[in-house]
Amino acid sequence: MPSAKDVRELAARVRRGDRAAAARALSIVTEERPGHEALAGAFFSDHGASHTVGLCGSPGSGKSSLVNRLVTRLRAAGETVGVLAVDPTSAFTGGAFLGDRMRFQAHSLDDGVFMRSLATRGMMGGLNATIFAAIHVLEACGFSKVLVETVGTGQDEVDVAEVVDTVVCVSAPYQGDEFQAMKAGTMEIGDVFAVNKADLPEVERAVAMLKDALSLNPLHDGGWAPRIAPVSALTGKGVAELAADIDAHRAHLASSGELESRRRRQLRRELSLVLSRRLYRDAMARVTDRHIDLLAAKKSSPQSLGGTLLAGRK
Amino acid sequence: MTEVNTLPSHRILIAKPGLDGHDRGAKIIVRALRDAGFEVIYTGIRQTPEMIARTALQEDVEAVGLSLLSGAHMTLFPRVVDLMKKQGLGGVLVFGGGIIPDEDVAALKKKGVAGVFGPGTPTDAIVAFLRERLDAAPKAAKGSRAKR
Ligand code: B12
Ligand SMILES: Nc1nc2c(ncn2[C@@H]2O[C@H](COP(=O)(O)OP(=O)(O)O)[C@@H](O)[C@H]2O)c(=O)[nH]1
Ligand SMILES: [Mg+2]
Repeated sequence: MPSAKDVRELAARVRRGDRAAAARALSIVTEERPGHEALAGAFFSDHGASHTVGLCGSPGSGKSSLVNRLVTRLRAAGETVGVLAVDPTSAFTGGAFLGDRMRFQAHSLDDGVFMRSLATRGMMGGLNATIFAAIHVLEACGFSKVLVETVGTGQDEVDVAEVVDTVVCVSAPYQGDEFQAMKAGTMEIGDVFAVNKADLPEVERAVAMLKDALSLNPLHDGGWAPRIAPVSALTGKGVAELAADIDAHRAHLASSGELESRRRRQLRRELSLVLSRRLYRDAMARVTDRHIDLLAAKKSSPQSLGGTLLAGRK
Repeated sequence: MTEVNTLPSHRILIAKPGLDGHDRGAKIIVRALRDAGFEVIYTGIRQTPEMIARTALQEDVEAVGLSLLSGAHMTLFPRVVDLMKKQGLGGVLVFGGGIIPDEDVAALKKKGVAGVFGPGTPTDAIVAFLRERLDAAPKAAKGSRAKR
């Protein structure tokens, strides 16, 4: 267990921009190693330091390729960028193929860019519950933008919209099922809709369909009308416009006062995640064979025992 | 929320240094390790040793597996080992595979490549090697990874 002094020192190194320290801090908080709570607590004060942008959309829609292009663009504009890329853990083996890195290697030697791959690890959907702490580490390290690439949409345990300032939904032509998924949940959360693979035919149809679907949605809080950005991560066409839309959304958040309410929503979500995790862990730690005996003999119910265990009794 | 206490598995980087485009073997290793319960990061082809060392730092992996069929392993593998040491990653396990003549294996081991696996190696043997090295003792204080 690291001492309070170790935690302070590691946090100070991260704040000085030390990449090795950031890598180590990310491991501690995302793997919930001993001392993770103290460390995550130390980084919390950096919440809000960066503009956080989430990219969601079906596997294969081109999120990683777009992140790669966006990073190039952001760097040219003088920004520094932290990237967190989340991929699913296999429910059967516990293993994971974290493949997003392949598309970012052009940036691997750039000191203004830091990328980390994360697995969902037992969580139900796209984002890992430790995502907030991971974001705060990158905020503390001084990146002006933090991009979060996540898998899937809609049914995630943690909705990306409650985690980041700006949500970019990525789709591509020929993804009929994608539009189904979009109708189910994404239409409400996207601030910018990137229609990727605009180098392929059919992109106009995809944009028209999206416009149609979006026209049914009310404006977002604060009066933002979600933007549609046809883009090609393959050719780079439209990337500048997509980056401009993302920044326009950030400017809108600030001028409309919506930034503060989004940030408060993030804080509420982070608190709820810490709570559910601790409550579950603490209550589970009190479960013994005796409880299972009681259930087997039908002398108690999971509901009644659950109440007892949550109240801190055995 | 299901299985919140799922323990993280070992993180491994598989990398292809140099200009070698033979990537079947690397992809087979990536899949085998994933199926064995590891978290596997793959760099893709055409990586410089500098890119690989930097990636290992950012991803904070416990092991780096190098795949090379072009014949340049005697220069590229030790270069990755050296660059990792320079970055304070001396505690990270480096291993490799591909077309590597038997007579080179001992020299590579001397230079810090802990295991070398050629064509026909059953992937189980590679998994067993990693389990033995990574599940066991705590890492030297050098690397960031602690015993789990
Ligand atoms: C298929 C193949 C190709 C395919 C590659 C397709 C692809 N995307 O991979 C194509 C046709 C494109 C190709 C091209 C060339 N090839 Co070629 N190719 C082969 C061949 C026949 C099989 C390789 C293969 O895929 N094996 C199957 C995989 C599963 O086995 P593997 O890669 O060895 O991996 C196993 C182990 O080595 C180990 N392993 C591998 N990596 C790692 C990593 C770790 C961490 C671990 C633990 C283990 C591990 O585990 C794997 C599973 O057991 C070999 C000959 C041979 N018998 O190996 C020649 C061979 C590799 N090629 C060779 C050559 C010369 C070339 C070319 C230069 C030919 C030319 N003049 O154009 C080009 C170069 C291409 C390039 N860009 O680099 C030579 C290399 C000579 C040398 N090393 O001195 C070989 C050895 C043929 C020969 N005998 O001359 N090739
Ligand atoms: N034609 C075309 N293909 C693309 C484009 N962007 C990504 N792809 C391809 O789509 C596939 C998935 O890309 P990837 O970025 O990994 O998608 P992700 O799963 O959403 O992260 C890859 O084969 C890419 O090469 C694009 O703009 N045009
Ligand atoms: Mg991806």
